[in-house]
Amino acid sequence: MDAAFFTAWIDEIARAVTAGRERLTRLDAAIGDADHGANLDRGFTAVREALAAKPPATPGAVLTLAGTTLIRKVGGASGPLYGTALRQMGAALGSAPEVTAGELAAALEAGVAGVRKLGGAEEGDKTMVDALAPAARALTAAVAGGLKDGEALAAARAAAEEGARTAVPLQARKGRASYLGERSAGHEDPGAASTVLILTALHTTATR
Amino acid sequence: MSAGPRVGIVLISHSDALAREAVALVVGIAGDGVAVAPAGGTDDGLLGTSVDKVAAAIVRVDQGAGVVLIPDLGSSVLTARLLEEPGSVVIADVPFVEGAIGAAVAAGTGASLRAVLDAAEDARVYRKL
Repeated sequence: MDAAFFTAWIDEIARAVTAGRERLTRLDAAIGDADHGANLDRGFTAVREALAAKPPATPGAVLTLAGTTLIRKVGGASGPLYGTALRQMGAALGSAPEVTAGELAAALEAGVAGVRKLGGAEEGDKTMVDALAPAARALTAAVAGGLKDGEALAAARAAAEEGARTAVPLQARKGRASYLGERSAGHEDPGAASTVLILTALHTTATR
Repeated sequence: MSAGPRVGIVLISHSDALAREAVALVVGIAGDGVAVAPAGGTDDGLLGTSVDKVAAAIVRVDQGAGVVLIPDLGSSVLTARLLEEPGSVVIADVPFVEGAIGAAVAAGTGASLRAVLDAAEDARVYRKL
């Protein structure tokens, strides 16, 4: 997987976020402040423009620029969180011109660690970590088990979906939804939902 | 009163107006010798946080004695954490208004970064009644 692959992933995320913007906003209106769809749409549109203006040469540079742009442009909590995840991934991938699925798995684990450290959320707190952490674990396990790239990324996507579903009945302990206490239970977390979009975009990019 | 560099304070809010008014309140109570700056709202003036605004405010209040960041909640906290520098740019985990006033009064006396942070954190246990 090279810089073009990761740029295509970001393009696919931007497309999926624009298409899913109303759904993310609806989820966020139920237990948050109804800005998640608009914030991510603005953020990933800016990322796509930044990558087009000055195409980076390596996967690490693509993800680092994407993360920095999200941090600067989003304005909501998802900017620093996804921005940190992508920057940590970029740092983990270093300056290699191409990376393997195993290296991507290790980078995703580093991204999850960055999000956990910044936001202080653990699995079960009903946040993006509930989808992101299982996805990273599934990708690592799939690669270790010898699965092909497309199959490994399908496993990561499925784990993110399952993680987001598992968080639905939970009560939020981090983020804006935590102010609602038990009234947050029964709603899908918008951060977990957008993480599913991002992991789905990765699988889509690898298999088309 | 110390004549040396004072600890700077940045008030980070989702709202540009809230951050500015909080600064006005703090200066009114602690005096205009305190280096305190607002960083509220997004770059286009909406509710949210701008890392560029916060970074610029840090530069504006930094006299060399350190800077205390006081965020309101959510993305303000996460953005502040991205700009933390142990020993020089630190976050106070405190009620926004009360913490800001506590920090500013201490900073106005020429207190150290540690002492200003402690003064802000006293606001967490300060009872109004």
